[in-house]
Order: sequence, then C-alpha cells, then structure tokens
Amino acid sequence: MSGTLEQPRFTCALGSCQSVVAIKKGVPILHSGPGCGGQIQRLIGQGEGYAGGSTAPCTNAEEADVVFGGEKKLRSVIENSFKVIDGDLYVVLTGCTAAITGDDVAAVTSEFQVDDKPIVYVEEGGFKSNNYASHERLVNAIIDQYVHKFKESDEKIPNLVNVFASIPYQDPYWSGNLEGIKKVLEDIGLKVNVLFGNESGGVEEWKTIPNAAFNIVIGPWVGVKIAKHLKVKYKQPYLQFPYLPIGAVETSRFLRQVAEFAELDTEKVEAYIQEEEAKYYTHIEKMADFMLEFRYGIPRRVYSIADSSYALGFSKFLLNELGIIPGPQYIVDDIPEKYQDYVKEQFENISELQKRTVEVVFDPDAGKNQERLEEDAKNYEDKRLLILGSSWDKNLADKLKADLLIVSVPVQHRLIMNCGYTGYAGGLRAIEDIYDRVLATYR
Amino acid sequence: MSTINIAEPSVQIREKRLGTINAFTGAASEIVQQSQEGSLKDAKRKFSQCLGCNAQQAFCQLSMIKDVAVINHAPVGCAGEFADFNFTYRIEQEKRDLPEDIGRYFSTNIQEKDTVFGATKKLEETIHIAYERVKPRAIFITTSCASGIIGEDIESVADKASEELGIPVVTCSCEGFRSKVWTTGFDAAYHTVLRGIVKPPTKKTKKINVVNFWGSHVFDEIFERFGYEAQYIMPFASIEELEHCSEAAATIHICPSLSTYMGAGLSQLYGVPEITAPPAYGIDGTDGWLRALGKVLGKEEIAEQLIKEGHEQYVPQIEKLKERFKGKRAYVTAGAAHGQALIHLLRELGFDVIGASVFHHDPVYDSGDRDMDVLAHAVKTYGDVKDYRVCNKQSCELVNALIRSKPDFIMARHGGMTLWGAKLGIPTLLIGDEQFGIGYKGALNYARRIDETLDSIEFIKNFSKHASNPYTEWWLTQEPGYFQGGGSGGCGGCRTGVK
Repeated sequence: MSGTLEQPRFTCALGSCQSVVAIKKGVPILHSGPGCGGQIQRLIGQGEGYAGGSTAPCTNAEEADVVFGGEKKLRSVIENSFKVIDGDLYVVLTGCTAAITGDDVAAVTSEFQVDDKPIVYVEEGGFKSNNYASHERLVNAIIDQYVHKFKESDEKIPNLVNVFASIPYQDPYWSGNLEGIKKVLEDIGLKVNVLFGNESGGVEEWKTIPNAAFNIVIGPWVGVKIAKHLKVKYKQPYLQFPYLPIGAVETSRFLRQVAEFAELDTEKVEAYIQEEEAKYYTHIEKMADFMLEFRYGIPRRVYSIADSSYALGFSKFLLNELGIIPGPQYIVDDIPEKYQDYVKEQFENISELQKRTVEVVFDPDAGKNQERLEEDAKNYEDKRLLILGSSWDKNLADKLKADLLIVSVPVQHRLIMNCGYTGYAGGLRAIEDIYDRVLATYR
Repeated sequence: MSTINIAEPSVQIREKRLGTINAFTGAASEIVQQSQEGSLKDAKRKFSQCLGCNAQQAFCQLSMIKDVAVINHAPVGCAGEFADFNFTYRIEQEKRDLPEDIGRYFSTNIQEKDTVFGATKKLEETIHIAYERVKPRAIFITTSCASGIIGEDIESVADKASEELGIPVVTCSCEGFRSKVWTTGFDAAYHTVLRGIVKPPTKKTKKINVVNFWGSHVFDEIFERFGYEAQYIMPFASIEELEHCSEAAATIHICPSLSTYMGAGLSQLYGVPEITAPPAYGIDGTDGWLRALGKVLGKEEIAEQLIKEGHEQYVPQIEKLKERFKGKRAYVTAGAAHGQALIHLLRELGFDVIGASVFHHDPVYDSGDRDMDVLAHAVKTYGDVKDYRVCNKQSCELVNALIRSKPDFIMARHGGMTLWGAKLGIPTLLIGDEQFGIGYKGALNYARRIDETLDSIEFIKNFSKHASNPYTEWWLTQEPGYFQGGGSGGCGGCRTGVK
C-alpha cells in the first residue's frame, strides 16, 4: 500500500531508533534531519528512556550537508558520542537526507568498527519502509555487525530460546508483553532472551543469541526475516505463533506448540497449564455473573483498527473468553501482501465450534477505516460496541457511544508502564481494562 | 528591518533574515551588545543531539485553524506529530466550548520509488482525498526534507488544485534541513497565510490580533476595557477570520520569537500597527506593555487605570510570596524571547537568576524595532546575567551547566528539559500555557506555581536518587560550551564568547 495516509499509526524506517532505545544502554545515533527524532518520539515514544528523545545524538542535517554530503559531520558526531554518552551499543540510523544524498554511512561506521567499538549501522532512509520492516533490519544488522563479532561461542545451550515478539514502542505494551511471554516460557522450563526492555540482560544477552537452541516469532509477519536470517546464520530452527497469546486459551495453545517444538517434558508442561488455567478460570468464574447478568449493557461486537498481531490476538481472546463477536477488522500495519492470506486464514479459523466469517480489511489509511467502521456500525445500533484502536479513535468512539481500549499508537489517553496483555495474567488484565472502561461510563 | 515579500513562495530563513544564531557562551550584556553591533557569530557543533525542525513549527501554527485540512508532503515518519497536535486541538476545543472533532491531517506517504519517479501525482491524489473527506475552506501543504531534495514542483500542483476546487490550496516551504533555526517554521506558516489567505482590508475593525499558540484567552478582559476585541491567531481562528486579520486595529505578540514575521507582515502589507513593547510578563513588563498598547489605541488613560487596578489587586499578594523566594538561585531554560521574559519575571519575584540556557538568539526582530529586545530590557532593569548560553536545545550542554551552577530552582519553557532538573534533584517547573504568565495576574500565577514546585521537594529528591545518567564523567568535566567550536576540533578554539 503506498497511497495517502490519514492518521498514520506507525512511523518511517527511522522509527527503529526506538528499538535501540529499548536495548539496555543502547544509544541511537541519527544521521538525519533535525526533526526526525522528535517526530518518532511524538508518535511512539514513552519518555526518553536511557538515551533517546532529545538525548539521542543526531547530525541534524542542514542545507550544506544535503548539498555537499554529511559524512564528515557524521564522523564527528559518532566520535563524540562515544565520549559524551556512556553506552553499551551505538547504532547509526540514516534518515531521508543522507539516503538521498548518498552518504556512505557504512564506510564511516566501519572506521570505528575496526577499532572494535560497539557500533552498528543500518542504512535506512525514512522513506524506505515503515518501522515494522525496519525493526527486522535493525535486529539483523546488530546480529551481523555486533553479536557475530563479540559472541563467545556458537555452542547451543539446551532450552535457551530467542523470542521476537512485540516491537518496542510501536507496540505500546511492548514492555509488559515481553515480560508476560518470558514468564510463561520460563515457567515451562526455558531460558529466554527477550533482548529488549527490563526483562532482558542487555548486550550480554544479545551476545548469546547464537547459543539459543531455537527461536520463536510471535506475530504474522514481523520477525520472520530475523528468524530466517538466524536459521541460515546459526542453524537455529524457528517456531512461529501468528499473534499475541492473550488469556488462557491462546496461552495454553502457545505453550503446547512450544513444548512440542522444543521437545519439552509434556507432562510437566501440561501440569503447569492445568495449574494456571485453574487459577485463571477461578477469576473468570468470579466475574461471570457480572458478564451474564449486568443489565445496563456491555460490549457485544468488537472492531479493531490495529496491527495484525493485536487484531488477531484480541479477536480470538474476546470471542472465546468473553463472548464478544468480531466485527470488521481494519489492519493498519501495512502488512505485505504475501502475509495477508495467512492472517485471513487465522481469522477464518477463529472458532473451533462453528464457521465464522470475519471481514478483514488491510489498509493503513486509518482515516478511511474510520469511515468504514462508522458505516458498518449503522447496522448494529442495538449493540454496544468495543473498538480496539488508538487515541485517534476517541472521537469516533464517543460519537458511537462505543467503548475504546487503546492497543495501538498513538496513546494519549492512558499511561502505560509495565501493563501487558500476554499470557494468563495479561488476559485477566485485559478483562479488567475492558470492563473498567465500560463501567466507568455509568454515573 | 526585514522586508516581507509575499510574491516569493518560500519565506527567507531566519539566519539570513535576522542573523539568528544557535550557539553562544558569555554574559547577557555581551549578547545584547553584540546583537546591537551586528557582530554575533554562530558556531558549528562537533557533537549534537536531536533538535526540532521547521516542519513541526509550521504544522503547529497551521494545523489548528478551524476549517482546514493539512497535507504533509513527506514520508510517513514526518507525520509523527499529527496525533500530538490532534490531542492538543481536541483539549483546547473543549476549553473553548467548540464541538468535538478531530484535526484532519494527511500524509502523502512518500516512498522510495517516489524519490526516483517523483511524488507530485501522489500529492494531487492526496489533495483530492482530503477535499472529499473534509470539505475544508483551505488546504495547506507542508513540505519535507524528502520532497525538498527530490525537487518537487508542488507550487503548480497547489495552484492547479486551487483553481479546480475553488478554495485556497497553499504550500508552506518548511523542509527540515532548510534552516538551522527551527523557529523559521513559524515564519513559514505565517508566510503561507499572508500570501495565500489574508485579504487586503476593506474596513477597520475593533479587533486586535493576538499571535499566539493556543493559550488561554487572558486578553479578552484587557481589550474589552479599551473597547476592543481579541482575535487569536492562528490556532482556533477560522479561514474567514484570517482573511480579515488585515483589518485589525493592532497586532500584539505573546512572544517575539514566535510571531514577529506575522506582525511585520501585517504592518508592512496592510498598515496594521504592531505593539513592539516586550510582552506583558511581570509587573514592570505589564506596565510597559499596557502603556504601549494605550498609545497605539489612543487610550492612554485606560492603560493607566488598568495599571493602577492591577497593582492594587495583585502586587500585595505577589509581595508576600516574594519573601519566600528571596536569595534563591534560579536557572532558566527556554526558547529565546520567552526565556528572556522569564528571566525578567523571576528577578522581579526576588530570585537571583544565575544562568540561562536558551535555544537560539534573534539579534533583531522583523519589525527592526529595538524596543522589543526583552533581554536588553532585563539587563537594563536588573543588571547582567553572567552565565548566558545559547544551547540550541542540546541537553548535554544544559545538564553540564546545571551541574556546575547548582541552582535551587529551574524554570523551563520547553519539553524535554525538565527531566534533567528532576534527575539532578532540582525542583523544576514547566508551564505549557504561554498566557498563564501574562499580566499582573500572570505574575501571581507564576509566583504561586513556583512556590508549589519548591514545596514538592520530597518527590524530586526521591526521584533523583534513582535516576539514571547517560553522560560520561569526561563530558561532565568539560565546559558546557565545549562543542560550540567553529570546526577546529579541540576545545581551545571552541569556547565562543568565553571571556
């Protein structure tokens, strides 16, 4: 999709600078125009982190750099970044200006790489892709230019796994979601590299990527290129789970697939699943009377204006665990065409009990999707609606008197710290959040 | 004085028009003197951190005009701010009792192939989509680094669309790399409105243009006393109101760094007088501003009356609070003119202002009128500020300066800077609403908020105990202006302005 975008809900290739910020003591160095970092921060940022936002080094391209090239300036900024900012890993990312004028970023960066400085470059150019795709290139660049060089060995550590799931910051709940995934995987006996955020061990953990016995990709498309790269590079097989596992049904399904793939002790894993499900459904039972009897209306139909991984994960969860039926799903992550059928297939098999048809629209123009949603909602005036969207959808939700759970950037109407929706605990959290929003509408 | 030429599609950038600079280390009196002599020199930094760009400031002024659609001719990343401004737009709608709506902003989504084959077709399509969806009274097209470098002829696209649709479709040249001074983006937005929207006057109205962001409507009450009405521009004005802003009785500024291009434009093109006294911050600043306003409107006696009332009502309360600030050392970090106004205000409240890091410096404004020089005024009234830095929003320079000067209190005017005060355990205040501090009441407002901030020391101290610091030992032992070198490398040649 390449046309007009109203209310874009992702950013450009340079947006992967936020993935650098998500690595402990990671320092992005932007070789870009002066406003690029700020634009990314404004859409997907959640504070500066360690050295993001206005702390991040940037060459701040000006006219002379566009005319005469900016390599000299880049060299100077890199050199001084090492002096000024105490980082474990520095990543040079290029914006539109340098990409069009053709600065040789690889050559400049390699001057520092030969001295074994922990520095990586990714030649992007904002216009080259969105930040979903560039996240994959960033991770692969770090693997090739940093991990491969500084790793201790290629020796496989049994039960060590690398997980490629939420994209830091683009997924507003990335931190909590990674935590949730790590927890359930550890509980079934794996050692887990999540690579980003609080629950990771920073660059030391990155250096153990080659030691993992296998990789897990969560989501229908982002991360696949990383896993394929690792398959060739370190002979690691990978398992793909096509959406965020939210709540008991999907988390248990996820864990069973992992257990089978990794040939874990099935009995132990089953015992864990039984135990977790028992706890989980005690809570569900507690609130079942509310769900069944509440006389003033709770949501019955859900629309998503979200990325593919969220739309799928939440639709499955809401249908099976709360009885909220999926209406049209507007997928706004600009998912490449070759993965679209895969997503549709997942929606077709959303129910194990009956054939369900879910309308799936792939269009990153969220403004257009809002028009479609509003049109569709006219047919369901008898139902209370739930929208899984972003702060852009507040107006529409108000207009339709729908409940809005924000699961996509931009997020301006709630504060997120370590909230996540993955795993058993994440499912309970999602239920609390959804009905909290519903109940808060009553006086 | 700069000449406003609306026949040109692009605004002349600030560094050329006004001689604006981004780096200085010295005393306030020195920068004032060098500004007057025209001897200020800029410096190139050997290390730099993320700034803002023209496009953001242009969008800031264009995006909340009530009945427009804005198209950003750019890759999707440049649209990061859409949501941010939409959030502001909606909150401020509510404050103004306006119906709930969203801002209508579109990205042409320039991609790699477009940088090779051109993106004007995409722009045409986007204009039509925006028109169909929004039916706006005008469409603005803001440019980007990408559209600028590939050399798009967007001017003819806009002209053609304007003819087809029967509404103004006006371009705004605000490529990020175009100017090193991001406030050029404000000028670009005003240039766009001056050349594409504002019509020559057919009558004089009783309105006074207030060129501002989306601040509170503090001028309503003041102007009413003079028999006039405030016309806030550009956020929340309609296209029709902007068409007629040439008919106003005067233009005032809340911050000369923001809006002197608009003021000078309306003055030069349509004879709308501009109040060039420093904005009404602080008691003394408000006195001067009211007198200047009274003079332009020919109602000096009303100005004197307002001054008298203001003093009676607010000064005693301010005096009481001043006791608590006596001897406290304050540091200011802000844009340019607003920061200078804050210096003046803090000193009036009894603080010892030990230093300031402002983002840029305009040696003169578009009117050419030296009266507007807020810093000169501050230095003349309360004496010099020895440690005055132009830091271009480089947080490394600010952190370094703060560690050296160890102030008791920091007053900030831009996002992204307060965090550093708090990390160092220094009570820090940022006030978003520029109009919050206007007038006598504004001085009291500020005094109260400062008092509140100084009182909240428990949180700041606890936070600072646990805060991380990404800066190296090495950096924190260098001079804050270390990187303001002219390209010579080592620190010997780079301490521009250090005595």
